[in-house]
Amino acid sequence: MINTYWRKTVPKIIINNKEVEFEEGMTVLQACELAGAEIPRFCYHERLSIAGNCRMCLVEMENSPKPIASCAMPATNGMKIKTNTLFVDKARKGVMEFLLANHPLDCPVCDQGGECDLQDQSLLYGFDHSRYTENKRQVNEKYMGPLIKTEMTRCIHCTRCIRFATEVAGIPELGAIGRGEDMEITTYLEKSMESELSANVIDLCPVGALTSKPYAFESRPWDLKKTETIDVMDAVGSNIRVDTYGWEVKRVLPRVNEDINEEWISDKTRYACDGLLKQRLDTPYIRENGRLRKSSWDQALKLLIIKLKSFNPNEIAGLVGDLADLEMIYSFKSFFEKCIGSTNLECRQDRIYINPQERMNYIFNSTISGIEDSDFILLVGTNPRLEATILNARIRKAYIKNKLKIYSIGDVGDLTYPYQNIGSNTSIIKEIVSGSHEISNKIKKAKKPMIIIGDSALYGKSGKYVFETLKNFLSDNNFIKKNWNALNILTQQASRVGAIDFGVYSVNETENFSFFNKVDNDDFKLIYLLGADNINFDKKNKFIVYQGSHGDKGAEIADIILPGAAYTEKNGLFVNLEGKLQSAYKASYPPGDAREDWIIFKDLANMMKKPLGFNNIKHLRESINKQIQSKIKNGVKKNIEVDFIEENISVKPIDYYYTNSIARSSKVMSECRQISKRFLFTGIEKAS
Amino acid sequence: MSIKKISKIQPESFELSKDNLLEAENEIKKYPNDRKASAILALLFLVQKQNDNWLPLAAIKYVAKFLGVPYIQVYEVSTFYSMFNLSPVGKYFVQVCTTTPCMMKGSKKILDICKKYISKNPHELSENKLCSWTEVECLGACVNAPMMQINQDYFEDLDENSTEEIIQTLLEDKLPKPGSAKNRKNTAPEKGKTTLLEVKNA
Repeated sequence: MINTYWRKTVPKIIINNKEVEFEEGMTVLQACELAGAEIPRFCYHERLSIAGNCRMCLVEMENSPKPIASCAMPATNGMKIKTNTLFVDKARKGVMEFLLANHPLDCPVCDQGGECDLQDQSLLYGFDHSRYTENKRQVNEKYMGPLIKTEMTRCIHCTRCIRFATEVAGIPELGAIGRGEDMEITTYLEKSMESELSANVIDLCPVGALTSKPYAFESRPWDLKKTETIDVMDAVGSNIRVDTYGWEVKRVLPRVNEDINEEWISDKTRYACDGLLKQRLDTPYIRENGRLRKSSWDQALKLLIIKLKSFNPNEIAGLVGDLADLEMIYSFKSFFEKCIGSTNLECRQDRIYINPQERMNYIFNSTISGIEDSDFILLVGTNPRLEATILNARIRKAYIKNKLKIYSIGDVGDLTYPYQNIGSNTSIIKEIVSGSHEISNKIKKAKKPMIIIGDSALYGKSGKYVFETLKNFLSDNNFIKKNWNALNILTQQASRVGAIDFGVYSVNETENFSFFNKVDNDDFKLIYLLGADNINFDKKNKFIVYQGSHGDKGAEIADIILPGAAYTEKNGLFVNLEGKLQSAYKASYPPGDAREDWIIFKDLANMMKKPLGFNNIKHLRESINKQIQSKIKNGVKKNIEVDFIEENISVKPIDYYYTNSIARSSKVMSECRQISKRFLFTGIEKAS
Repeated sequence: MSIKKISKIQPESFELSKDNLLEAENEIKKYPNDRKASAILALLFLVQKQNDNWLPLAAIKYVAKFLGVPYIQVYEVSTFYSMFNLSPVGKYFVQVCTTTPCMMKGSKKILDICKKYISKNPHELSENKLCSWTEVECLGACVNAPMMQINQDYFEDLDENSTEEIIQTLLEDKLPKPGSAKNRKNTAPEKGKTTLLEVKNA
């Protein structure tokens, strides 16, 4: 009787004479935080395993003659903890003195200065002078690649970076060599870090041992303007903080969002920002006699209107690029409908199959945080490690937590977690659906399975078959429900879901790629590229208008160039791959004469005397909201049966560091790309 | 002690010999399948035995692949333990203990002899390339201090004369007789038994 009584009660702990309830399995440190007592720490991190080696979190426990490391001590019922006594203070001061014994006094030239845990905590526990008279320890710098600058003398051996690389990134390439005073953190023989999440160790480092190489000596944290916004490098929509100094974006840091990126961001998100300063379009251009000439807005827009009027509306087409926000897409679409009268719009530069009838047909329905609840994952023609790095980290987290089974159709190389490759042909999907494949039963038995379909599977002739068949299979087995939807599309472009929401596609009953067929048949005389740079068609005699932020592939072939704003230079809405609407904020302003894109369309429409019905951002946002709400509510359900088409599903290789115009303009990204290619060329084997 | 230097001259590849491979597989069998990494020390020891008492980088990679662990993990282990050498050592590798008891019984003099007859600095080969020496921490034979370890054998109760003799023998490519230089039985008192006199085999 007594036993069951104790099990049912919530355990309680007494911290500084205050009783707090805590959850079973919490550590003393976590319980102290519940009680509002702040514990200093260096090695402890909520998202990493517990190391307990910095000893900064010492607290006093009743009946213990010595202070205890609260981060590693499990909280138990009735424990009495004190965090504010002289005893604790003295213990922490002792620890701090040891940490500072070998730490160099170079805060004035250290990039971590101002956001350094050691600096902050030495303010509270630091001794005013050093009693250490021996020589300080000196450690040579270690090479870790183009992103991470090391100053290993500053290292306090908290091992957060090692734990991150091993646990979260899943590529165990960092380690501690030597022992005792001679312990050093390094990669194996100082080779560059391979992980796409590697730069997160910079944020994790509590001192200035690992700092950002591209940002070295650029600025001080207190001089920067901080703007909390959204990333557009992939469709995940990681939450970021953009730090600017005047016009320049100095760096990008992650922001915590438990549902999306937790507190990590990919290297591309973090370091493509130097591309925002290079190759920018800052004034309109007009092509004359084969050469681009600078012009004024007035001239360029007038020429554009003359050209637009000279063609039949059916001959005019618009292509939306990968980085467009909803304001851009909505105003572009309204401009095409109201001012030109054309519906030839498309957002799929990569020509993949979509079924836009229902919203769940093109989003990641299980949600990113839902991955952790899943017990079965089937990847179909996708390499999440490169297509959505953060999402891949979540799959790895789920794998570590639940040891769930992961299968892949299509060979995708190292995904940082083990998976089973079950072939790379559409016939396997046929077998799964018919029930003759062994996977089939496993899906049916799973409680919360996930099928993640990537672009490579939706591409080509069999795309329609793959999607519709798998969808029918899931709905037949009752896996498309309100509380769990196993159908997931992994999009790679930040603008994609929003563009499909707004109907920027040319799809009819029989033909999914009518837009591209017309492009190939030369039916269009004028193509308006809205930041579309991943184009693959011949220009021939077409008149091309490019509106965007960077001088890249689109601007190269354009006859009129209208300079627009990049994602950090405007307030914009983005829909991420889960269909989540997020707001990005203006951190900087467009360079030179460049304008925010929706203003360009507003001006164009006004010049054509066919106003779009919105004059300011507020009106625009209202209409956008209405459109999105109606899209979420009004879906058409319809099962489509498709005949089997046998085709290989080969996962398309991705030039990870070069996927969009900003990344292509970035010097840091080119360096990373070269290094990752060198790995392939010289054939250095994988570390695990 | 500082971080061990990796030899600049490295063999291109490494493979365990047939006998050692069998032994390595036996070692791995002692642990559950997903805990193969536990055999790391045993394997490195085997490798070192086979490869003239040092670990080349190729061997570190070999062991890592053999156990399915990252390279860095094997590298960490091989730098942590002073028993593993990352650069070639002499055929006779002299490890002189310099921890407190040995130091008090005169291990400095032994070091001086090593410096005089083998090489000026630790981890350097002697002129005839047969010997090298290093300082190590306690080898656990404090009762018989001062002592040194040569390859797998302990040489105990040393003084200047006996050390010189041992090292001269080594330099002539002969292995001297291991054990106490004072012919003492194990760790028995230096001047013969003082207790349990009536028990014969004590």
